[in-house]
Amino acid sequence: MRRPRWRVLALACLMPFAVQAQKSTADGIAEYRKMLEDGNPAELFEMKGEDLWKQPRGPKKASLERCDLGLGPGVVKGAWVQLPRYFADTGRVQDVESRLLTCMSTLQGFDAAEIAKTAFGRGEMANVTALATWIAAQSRGQRFDLPQRHAQEKRFYELGKRAFFFRGGPMDFSCATCHGEEGKRIRLQDLPDLRTNPGDGIGFAAWPAYRVSSGQMWGMQQRLNDCYRQQRFLYPGFASDVTIALGVYMGVNARGAESIAPAIKR
Amino acid sequence: MADPMRIRAQAAGDKVTVRVLMSHEMETGQRKDSSGKVIPAWFIQEVTAAHNGKTVMTAHWGPSVAKNPFLQFVVKGGKAGDKITINWVDNRGDKRTDEATVS
Repeated sequence: MRRPRWRVLALACLMPFAVQAQKSTADGIAEYRKMLEDGNPAELFEMKGEDLWKQPRGPKKASLERCDLGLGPGVVKGAWVQLPRYFADTGRVQDVESRLLTCMSTLQGFDAAEIAKTAFGRGEMANVTALATWIAAQSRGQRFDLPQRHAQEKRFYELGKRAFFFRGGPMDFSCATCHGEEGKRIRLQDLPDLRTNPGDGIGFAAWPAYRVSSGQMWGMQQRLNDCYRQQRFLYPGFASDVTIALGVYMGVNARGAESIAPAIKR
Repeated sequence: MADPMRIRAQAAGDKVTVRVLMSHEMETGQRKDSSGKVIPAWFIQEVTAAHNGKTVMTAHWGPSVAKNPFLQFVVKGGKAGDKITINWVDNRGDKRTDEATVS
């Protein structure tokens, strides 16, 4: 009587293992993300961003509806997948966040330098992130196609490439240390290879994103700031040239990748 | 005042699936700030859902619910065009009510 019973038990014990062995850790995380997608709190920031865009604010009591994100004043749809790009009025290559600073100062009368100094998630800086989230969401499902016609845009790509491979800091790290090879990961997080197009909704195509572990909404500026922190490097200035150059480098490399922003992350 | 909720309500057959995202800090009262002071607890205590004005669910929440909580439930006998109202009250007495139409 005893034997068959044991066999049944052994079988029962083995079954879950067999199932688990076929499923990699990455699959498990992907499944977890899928479950979270339905209730991505990024939508709350999207709503807030839309409201901030349309609301008259700042010393000039103006809305941002005349803000030119590269496709003409007030055109939001599709703007995100073509940023960073060169803007003739400022004579600079700008990403969404630095462009928002420009619009907030010219249209609404805010002090851009003051906002840039504000900590992430505080005051007007939190509003910039919410606005970026809404702007990105308006291009959800579209494919990245950053312009590379202007000499400055080409220059920024080369600068970004140089910054990407530049090693420094106490650990002698560069961006490429983690993101310059396929199939790498930190703990359970897969690291995208950002030298090429890492695929739809991966890397540059996934930010802004909601961080579940910290309950924070992060734009690309904060993402890059945190990369530098992890490298034990000096913090880059908000909307500084190096951050925008890295954005151009990643964005141009990601040409053709579908944007899923705002995404949800661990 | 608290930020608005995001409510989606979809009918399938005689059931309506309601998905709600709430914007709230949900502080547990267990954390300390950078100066070592305890951050006071601040969380949603009561959530009420109403279908066409009639309460269909009341939930008592505690500090263990995550920040920016997501709530999903099913209402039997709902149909497109019905109104779903969600209301929450937190331990500070702040409240928020939002309504959505079933699609």
